[in-house]
Amino acid sequence: MAALERQPMADETAAVAVHDLTVAYHDTPVLWDVDLIIPPGTLTAIIGPNGAGKSTLLKAVLGLIPVAAGTVEIFGHSSPGQRRLIGYVPQRGSADWTFPTNALDVVTMGMYGQLGWIRRPGKREHERAMYALDQVGMADYAQRQISQLSGGQQQRVFLARALVQNAELYFMDEPFAGVDAQTEIAIVQLLHTLRAEGKTVIVVHHDLESAPEYFDWLVLLNIRKIASGPFDEIFTQDNLARTYGGAMNLVRFGGQVRPEDGVAAR
Amino acid sequence: MNILSELIFDYTLRNVALGSMLLGIVSGVLGSFAVLRRQGLLGDALAHAALPGIAIAFMLTGSRSTIVLLLGAGIAGWIGTMLFLRIVKDTTISEDTALGVILSTFFGFGILLLTIIQNQNTADQAGLNRYLFGQAAALVASNVRTFAILGGLAFLILIVFYKEFKLLSFDADFAASIGLRIRSLDILLTSLLVVAVMIGLQTVGVVLMAAMVIGPGAAARQWTDRLVTMLVLAGCFGALAGVTGAVISVQGARLPTGPMIILALTTIVLVSLFFAPKHGYLPEYLRHRRNRRTLTAPDDTSVRDLREGGAA
Repeated sequence: MAALERQPMADETAAVAVHDLTVAYHDTPVLWDVDLIIPPGTLTAIIGPNGAGKSTLLKAVLGLIPVAAGTVEIFGHSSPGQRRLIGYVPQRGSADWTFPTNALDVVTMGMYGQLGWIRRPGKREHERAMYALDQVGMADYAQRQISQLSGGQQQRVFLARALVQNAELYFMDEPFAGVDAQTEIAIVQLLHTLRAEGKTVIVVHHDLESAPEYFDWLVLLNIRKIASGPFDEIFTQDNLARTYGGAMNLVRFGGQVRPEDGVAAR
Repeated sequence: MNILSELIFDYTLRNVALGSMLLGIVSGVLGSFAVLRRQGLLGDALAHAALPGIAIAFMLTGSRSTIVLLLGAGIAGWIGTMLFLRIVKDTTISEDTALGVILSTFFGFGILLLTIIQNQNTADQAGLNRYLFGQAAALVASNVRTFAILGGLAFLILIVFYKEFKLLSFDADFAASIGLRIRSLDILLTSLLVVAVMIGLQTVGVVLMAAMVIGPGAAARQWTDRLVTMLVLAGCFGALAGVTGAVISVQGARLPTGPMIILALTTIVLVSLFFAPKHGYLPEYLRHRRNRRTLTAPDDTSVRDLREGGAA
């Protein structure tokens, strides 16, 4: 497994460096001893079966959930001080889409962190939010109630909110899940724009077919890290079997998820 | 207007109306957040949990002063709420179960303590019972001042943390990702609700307090899709219910104020549920019917005209 890991150059600071990360939920490990290095400027896909800990990995790196062990560094520093460098697109289900607000206002929320206490978003913030909405093809829907947007449109509003964060490193949790073709195209275009600007984007993804088109770096995850590195080197039959084989066993036997099971299929 | 002049010059009515209005504003605005966060019954648990606090505060100090008893109520309510949130977070017990357990345990304990106080036959004991159903008619100017100070403080905090509370309510994960301390914000927002309940205990009482927390926000949500508008409307609805209930009860056949306030509020909620143009049941039904008619109308215009004519 170690041979598959391309070690970064000594002078190259990793966008994300994870060491020995373990996360447990009520005594059940959902991530086990994950080591990970993601170089800057990559479009990285995190791929694995359901329950593999993909979202958990994002949340642990973002510091949203307590970790049992391990460290996380963002651009060479431990994460709390690095928040301003990070943009986050949570799963659509994390928000309350019946909340009384419109698309423009949601995008503006992406700047709350930069605004600090008490200050309210003003004209400048609204202009930036409009620009971001335009980038995802949602300018016409700025004043639309969020409950009246389709799933794909909601997803694009979330992307626009991350854009105004003006981050160096983006985490996106299943942005392609359940979206229409138009939104999928918009997301892919956005990914390319971000890469052209030298940003690093890490995306939780679970469609194996589209992944090779979109991404250049790959993390295969199933509780443990199975493999990570340049997409083409890692995206092999053998690695995928090791990632998904274990999970298929887990599903079949409906058993408890234990860290050993992740690679037991071999 | 006779009522207007009495509102200004009649000492009792003025205080009752002012106190009820303040309660309506504070619980309406703060309760809106509880409504949006689907924690409507938190106000109920909180109010019930406050009862033993009143009794304990009285037992410890022997004082019947509003501020002492309300502080006791606030502390007990706060402890009950924190316990509730803790249970939900750390165990597999569901929210409604936890709520039921906290609510009835604290309330039962409170009733027990009130009975003990009564049996001790203290001359000062009378008056504690009024916290069960409230006794707005007994409000005096100093109570109203206390309400104004408590409510003012709560609003000040709300204004300072408005953005943060909004984001917490809409998308807590994202709020945490930009570095907001969502646990602390959550506790702070809940604590503000404690203040609303403290104001309400004396006016509408433990049992009816939940309605004051939920009602104005639920009604306001029907009329608007903007958070600021919703908060302002909820405050207005709460105030309207408070004043209406107070005037009816003092003017009329000496009806109890708390229940009158709640009934006034219920009327506002019902009207909003049925007639609010945005989300009201009736406008939505009419829209739906109109759409269906347009969709099923055949191309033959004569038939459509016939139908439209028939419906008119």
